[in-house]
Amino acid sequence: MTQMETQPAAIAPGRVEPHPVIEMRDITIAFGGVRALDGVGLRLFPGEVHALMGENGAGKSTLIKALTGVYSIDSGSILIDGEEHTFSTPAAAQGAGISTVYQEVNLVPNLTVAENMLLGREPRKLGRIDVRAMNRRAQETLDRLGLDISPTSVLGEHPIAVQQLVAIARAVDVEARVLILDEPTSSLDADEVEKLFEVMRSLRDHGVAIVFVSHFLDQIYEISDRMTILRNGTLVGERMVAETTQLELVKLMIGRELEVLERIDREVAATEAIKSGQPVMKALGLSRKGALQAVDLELYEGEVIGLAGLLGSGRTELARLLFGADTADAGELQVGSKTRRLRSPRHAIDRRIAFSSENRRSEGVIEDLTVADNMLLALQASRGWLRPIPRAERSRLVSKYIETLDIRPANPQALMRNLSGGNQQKVLLARWLITQPRILILDEPTRGIDIGAKAQIQQVVADLARDGMSVVFISSELEEVLRLSDRLVVMRDRRKIDERPNQDVSVSDVLEIIAGSARAEEATRA
Amino acid sequence: MTATTATPGDLSVWDRVRGYSPSSRHLPVLATLALFVGMFGAGGIRYEGFADPQVVLTLFVDNAFLIVLAVGMTFVILTGGIDLSVGSVVALSTMIAASTLEAGWPPAAAMAAVLLAGTALGTLMGLVIHYFDIQPFIATLAGMFLARGLCYLISVDSIPIRDDTFFAIAAHQFTLPGGYFITPTVLVALAAVALAAYVLHRTRFGRTVYAIGGSESSAMLMGLRVARTKVGVYAISGFCAALAGLLFSLYTLSGYSLHALGMELDAIAAVVIGGTLLTGGRGLVVGSMLGVLVLGTIQTFISFDGTLSSWWTKIVIGSLVLVFVVIQRVMTRRQP
Repeated sequence: MTQMETQPAAIAPGRVEPHPVIEMRDITIAFGGVRALDGVGLRLFPGEVHALMGENGAGKSTLIKALTGVYSIDSGSILIDGEEHTFSTPAAAQGAGISTVYQEVNLVPNLTVAENMLLGREPRKLGRIDVRAMNRRAQETLDRLGLDISPTSVLGEHPIAVQQLVAIARAVDVEARVLILDEPTSSLDADEVEKLFEVMRSLRDHGVAIVFVSHFLDQIYEISDRMTILRNGTLVGERMVAETTQLELVKLMIGRELEVLERIDREVAATEAIKSGQPVMKALGLSRKGALQAVDLELYEGEVIGLAGLLGSGRTELARLLFGADTADAGELQVGSKTRRLRSPRHAIDRRIAFSSENRRSEGVIEDLTVADNMLLALQASRGWLRPIPRAERSRLVSKYIETLDIRPANPQALMRNLSGGNQQKVLLARWLITQPRILILDEPTRGIDIGAKAQIQQVVADLARDGMSVVFISSELEEVLRLSDRLVVMRDRRKIDERPNQDVSVSDVLEIIAGSARAEEATRA
Repeated sequence: MTATTATPGDLSVWDRVRGYSPSSRHLPVLATLALFVGMFGAGGIRYEGFADPQVVLTLFVDNAFLIVLAVGMTFVILTGGIDLSVGSVVALSTMIAASTLEAGWPPAAAMAAVLLAGTALGTLMGLVIHYFDIQPFIATLAGMFLARGLCYLISVDSIPIRDDTFFAIAAHQFTLPGGYFITPTVLVALAAVALAAYVLHRTRFGRTVYAIGGSESSAMLMGLRVARTKVGVYAISGFCAALAGLLFSLYTLSGYSLHALGMELDAIAAVVIGGTLLTGGRGLVVGSMLGVLVLGTIQTFISFDGTLSSWWTKIVIGSLVLVFVVIQRVMTRRQP
């Protein structure tokens, strides 16, 4: 790699090396007794792209927010150009040339694109904002980034990906010495990512130090020079990207959890594919106008059905019908031996069906409650408010699931907001498991969480099925669906296009089924 | 829309009118304007003398203080807050003005004292709201009781204002061509609207007000001066309430602790009818002025009719607020 020349001399003791523009030493931060960071350090040199690596909950975002003055640090020091500095507000950090694009779009939707890019540093003439100059400057920056966005349009009218690009444009517009990009690519498509990388390279060549956080390893390897790896709030080490293989990196990031992944493969392969007896749930021509065309489905005891299909293929719609979150227009649903009309989730819960929604943040997690409260919510709801769960029973259930699911921190009284995404997902899973459902519907239970937590959740699902629970498993990751399912249902364009036992099916087979039905359709149309 | 391939240059006026699509930002204000014009048209058809321009001017004369109050309230609501104290501050202002004048203070000093007191109280509430993270509703509720209580501390009875300068200003009329007239209070109100519009749209402070209303946490992460701005809007609201109190004392020429009871709610209603979103971030100060005029027109309607009970004012205002809030909800929901 020719990048080796442009990057600063690496950590070679005894050699004179360029001074880091930022050095964080021994940073420790705790939230309500939970240590989010424990003695973590970070060195950032001018003219490098520095990847900050780690799973969800490793402390990447916390470290960034410590640097930019959003969180105050409990101990440790931050050195800017060798001098100790602590920023008490994001404004102070920006003043020192540290510009940040956070994971969630942190702009204001009600103002224009140009205003969002230049708020707080609008060009002024005689003390008043020069709107024309502001729009012109925004247009110049957008042009430089090759973005076709009107500066005078209102930000909230654009899709999230565009808003994310505007956030990056805002960060670039400042003459920043340090640019921090926290997961900027999660909502961008390949072209947009390439555009972003061009901008990053040009900034790096002008001596800007860039911190880059991403879950996509390929992107890390394409753009970064050096990386710092975190795990569980502690520092694992600093490595040169060119000298570290992807496998080594994954091992550094997740430690022992990799073995778990391998074990699941074997266990699922060992379970026999076809179950006998009465189906626990049977859908006949279940449909809903505008959401799903008639679907037949049988679910047997101890079986995992994998719903494969692209986003918008109708898989979530099917799951919602099975749970009664939406009502079907036609068709019938048998649960056990009786035909039921599930009019509401309440009915479904009474029939011991559980549904974990794909929208973890808006439809599941209650951030201001504790882990224990979040876990017991569904059980309490099904018992009714007049029959409180005895205290001893509560703590027994909670500690049991904290242990089985390996929820960290293992503190029932920790506030949900202080948990990482993966651990929040595990708490949600526990919420439904506590109600001891016979049928468990999981919609994207592993989205946006790290490999370790993913492996653990998959493991739990496999164990549950072996103990006789029936599971409907939905995921965008086909590997995951194939790893877990006994039977595969493929969805496309809001209907079921294929169903087969999961024997010797590969990812490319599934893709071909999806693509093949598209081709068949074109043929019939022609 | 078929064969004509007109370039933008040779569009007829009609084409331009037809092709005009207001940005969603201005839509609520245009709705309020249409409502105001519509109500006036209806009144003009129904009642003799209603369509006289002087009726419009009298709307301004009678509601100058409410316009100023609504201007201050607009700042607060744009940040997503609320200020319940303004009605009481108006009463307190009339009391301070009346009592200081009675004690022989020069009029200028009395006015300064009033404005200072209102601004100080607003600033205090702003500081409490921001630094102690108290909900604006609660903090200004406390301010509301505090200001009303201070009125009684000054005097339980009504104090008449007999100062010559106040008399002169109150009696003064600017004659406009055609025999129409307005009062100095109208000019103050219009100046307040113009200044507020300038500040909100052409200064960093004003844009930060909108940014906070859009998302306070984002505004903070963008490095904007959130603390200063949040305290600032309550200081402005307090100042506007004090100024409205001065205009009110010119209108009534007395100070009384029971003045302006519930006026904060009129101001809030005017801001909402004017198209400002109660959750903040969206709205124009001109809309708030139009909102006040709509409220005023309802009263004019009732006085022209003569047979309607004045309680109809409340019923109509209530219905309008409800309709506007629902319209806003529908409009904001449509956006992604």
